[in-house]
Amino acid sequence: MSVTEELSHHDDHHEEHHEQGFIAKYIFSTDHKVIAKQFLITGIIWALLGGALSVIFRLQLGFPDLNLEFLRPLLGKWISSNGKLDSEFFLALVTMHGTIMVFFVLTAGLSGTFSNFLIPLQIGARDMASGFMNMLSYWFFFLSSVIMFVSLFIETGPAGGGWTIYPPLSVLPQAIQGSGLGMTLWLVAMVFFIASTLLGGINYVTTVINMRTEGMTFSRMPLTIWSFFITAIIGILSFPVLVAAALLLVFDRSFGTSFYLSEIFIGGEALPNMGGSPILFQHLFWFLGHPEVYIVLLPALGITSEIISTNSRKPIFGYTAMILSMVAIAFLSFIVWAHHMFVSGLNPFLGSIFMFLTLIIAVPSAVKSFNYLTTLWKGNIVFTPAMLFSIGLVSFFISGGLTGIFLGNSALDINLHDTYFVVAHFHLVMGSAAFFGLLAGVYHWFPKMFGRMMDTKLGYLHFWLTFVGVYLVFFPLHYIGIAGFPRRYYSFTNFDAFSTFTDLNTFVSIAAIVTFGAQFIFLFNFFYSMFAGRKAPLNPWKSNTLEWTTPRVPGHGNWPGAIPKVYRWPYDYSKPGAEDDFIPQTVPYSQTTSSNFPHENELAKSEGAEEGGAH
Amino acid sequence: MLNLVVVLAVVLIIAILIALFRVSTLVGIVKGDTQRQVPSGNKVQAFLLIVFMVVGLGAFFYYSFGGLNDDYVQPLASEHGVITDRLFWITMAITGSVFVVTQIFLFGFSYKYQHSENRKAFYFPHNNKLELFWTGVPAIVLALLILSGWRAWVDITGEAPEDAEVIEVVGYQYAWSVRYGGSDKKLGDYDYKKIDATNQLGIDFSDKDAFDDFIPRELHVPKGKPVLLQIRARDVIHSVFIPHFRLQMNAVPGMPTRFWFVPTKSTEDMREETGNPDFNYELVCNKICGKGHFAMKYTIVVDEPADYEAWYNSQDPWLKQNADYLSEVPQNLQEAAQIAAKLDDRSEPSSIDGIAVSSTK
Repeated sequence: MSVTEELSHHDDHHEEHHEQGFIAKYIFSTDHKVIAKQFLITGIIWALLGGALSVIFRLQLGFPDLNLEFLRPLLGKWISSNGKLDSEFFLALVTMHGTIMVFFVLTAGLSGTFSNFLIPLQIGARDMASGFMNMLSYWFFFLSSVIMFVSLFIETGPAGGGWTIYPPLSVLPQAIQGSGLGMTLWLVAMVFFIASTLLGGINYVTTVINMRTEGMTFSRMPLTIWSFFITAIIGILSFPVLVAAALLLVFDRSFGTSFYLSEIFIGGEALPNMGGSPILFQHLFWFLGHPEVYIVLLPALGITSEIISTNSRKPIFGYTAMILSMVAIAFLSFIVWAHHMFVSGLNPFLGSIFMFLTLIIAVPSAVKSFNYLTTLWKGNIVFTPAMLFSIGLVSFFISGGLTGIFLGNSALDINLHDTYFVVAHFHLVMGSAAFFGLLAGVYHWFPKMFGRMMDTKLGYLHFWLTFVGVYLVFFPLHYIGIAGFPRRYYSFTNFDAFSTFTDLNTFVSIAAIVTFGAQFIFLFNFFYSMFAGRKAPLNPWKSNTLEWTTPRVPGHGNWPGAIPKVYRWPYDYSKPGAEDDFIPQTVPYSQTTSSNFPHENELAKSEGAEEGGAH
Repeated sequence: MLNLVVVLAVVLIIAILIALFRVSTLVGIVKGDTQRQVPSGNKVQAFLLIVFMVVGLGAFFYYSFGGLNDDYVQPLASEHGVITDRLFWITMAITGSVFVVTQIFLFGFSYKYQHSENRKAFYFPHNNKLELFWTGVPAIVLALLILSGWRAWVDITGEAPEDAEVIEVVGYQYAWSVRYGGSDKKLGDYDYKKIDATNQLGIDFSDKDAFDDFIPRELHVPKGKPVLLQIRARDVIHSVFIPHFRLQMNAVPGMPTRFWFVPTKSTEDMREETGNPDFNYELVCNKICGKGHFAMKYTIVVDEPADYEAWYNSQDPWLKQNADYLSEVPQNLQEAAQIAAKLDDRSEPSSIDGIAVSSTK
């Protein structure tokens, strides 16, 4: 222990901080914990908005005859004189729902919150490598949010060409109103968003590589950190490509170039553009778009690994395999993008190649699922709300992942492409799974964020309503998809082939509304507990990782004294021979001789040697 | 007034809920819940998980095997569809079993290994054999699925047979048009700059193959014969989707695409099979294309081959119906155009010449 005392000397200056003003502390803060909370709360607001948009279009889909006059105060002219939703605004709703959920909630809200919050706390650092860049990252995101939010209220409506903004639809205001100012704002907002993601990502990578505390080798890092680290790398490599794609789109939209445009006749005139290719945009977009799926999912999987291990009171099964499968998924995520384009007119030979590569990615995903199941096996499971959400995540990950095997198969994709089968697939495997990862993370680390506990019973209620609700919303969509119902359809009444399933669509809409409503239980629990929750113990879940060695509410610099030293991996739960069913990372092997394995006894000796040397 | 009552009622309900919440929290504190490491509801949660699994899987089987009011499999009417449907159901059998087994493990383990004070979890950090096993098995199964998928894909996307009926399908906001080659069975050139209110497809009449092309109101295809769709779009991306044929291909402006298939059931066959006398095959747009995306429909008729021939031969060339466009035909092909388009050659050549001259400037 003398080591820690010695280490504390050169960290003493942290004690000298004078009290910061409100603005420096809570608004333009460079403290990673405050920035994490800023991301979280902004993310929650966006999630509510994105969810509300989906409720509006589910009303249209589930109750096509409903008079939506009551929405007029909110939507104005987008409700027609006979109380119907405008079919163009319907597309805008779908587009904005996708954009908001994918980027603003599940990228910024999830990765932004937990990478910021957990990286310094779990690797034993005082803060991020660059607090200032971190602050910029949030404020770019905020600026982006403001612009995107404003675009909802302009006269021509927000972008309406689908969240994938395929040109020429996204280029030509003649084709859809949303491709006017709405699309411009969308592009501007996304450029700021990407700047934010890059600033954050560079910070995460730098921090993880350079600022780990003594003893925190890569092989002792919690899987959460591994997942944030890999996610940040994927983001840094893929998001710039979206900027490039967007920039060319801006040129086509505003400066008369023809990157994506060729031989177009619209609005009674032939456009002069020749030689461009709309397919080029799809390639560029999905070069980000597919890795983006894993940018959304991997942090959720990392969070879940940590929570499942802690609450099963068992080490995560296959720690190395978990890391390797994440690395494999990250690598493969860059070479599977064209499976979104099997029926785009892509050369069929390329289709074959991308089918092979795509189905390979199912292998590391399968490994992860089996490892989760084995972690539960012979555990001693504590069902905290965080644990339930993690189990829910695994369930969604399996259900949604399996349907990926259909869609990755180009021959089957011919008939399933752009149907509700796809909607069901990605809402389960990416949307709901990542969302559950986010909620699990909030329930699990709330005590560290706010120093108080969330209410468990309300957490249970929230879990069950949401879990059952999500399955009731998305499982039926598989059937509707197999029947060939196209996505992004305002109504199905025009086609005899789609005259069925009106009852099921109504059912799905009701389930969606109830599920959305259930989130208010969470909101109440979240904000109520923030101020009036029971004060949290230092280590409420008896967890091994470093963040639980900080004070109840860690101040600036996280540890008042020296940064603790790490001696072991984070998953020594229920180790045979140990006194408790957990051994925190800060406990040296020399103190746990009764539970050490032979090679660990060797390590214990060298610990002693180091300590001797330090004196 | 009513609004006020509603607002008050909502406020009251929320107040009651919060009061209930406070009471339950206080009761929890009295009962010592806050001191416990394991939440007092642990057993209940484990039980609920297993109930969820049983009910969920029950509903899954019930609805998958006929419990739904509506049939979720569209009747099939193409040759390649037989192959992809078989592949679909094989994949469904495999993934369906994996789904059921893994969910049983997930919820089963959660229930069985719920917390107990008397037990310690089994320290089991890794096992290389197990990990190799479940890396290897999915890899092999996936390889088999990929191979069969790949073979089907190569066949479906391969070159169309020589004798295929070639039909052009053009998508635009918010309708479809189709064009046939006419008596020479060759589609003439097109040029998007020649599109106008009448010549919706931009047929280029400097190409002699275009003279006898016809544009009907419905897409007719012969049963049992290969059909090649040449697909393009005029304004934004659309997608030719025909669920009954298991057929889909995007229509892209500036980049022609194609898809060939063999229809196996005539519209009449299908009317009998489905018991729906009004059954029609439908061409569906399946790529977001704007306001009218959801209504972009075109009717398809599958004829017996003989009926198809008769229908084909009864169609008038487009040029015959729109003789004004003779002016776009180059001087040296005027005669050929009139013959191919079955135009009455007694029409006044001088006036046609006049227009032809004016259009060459």
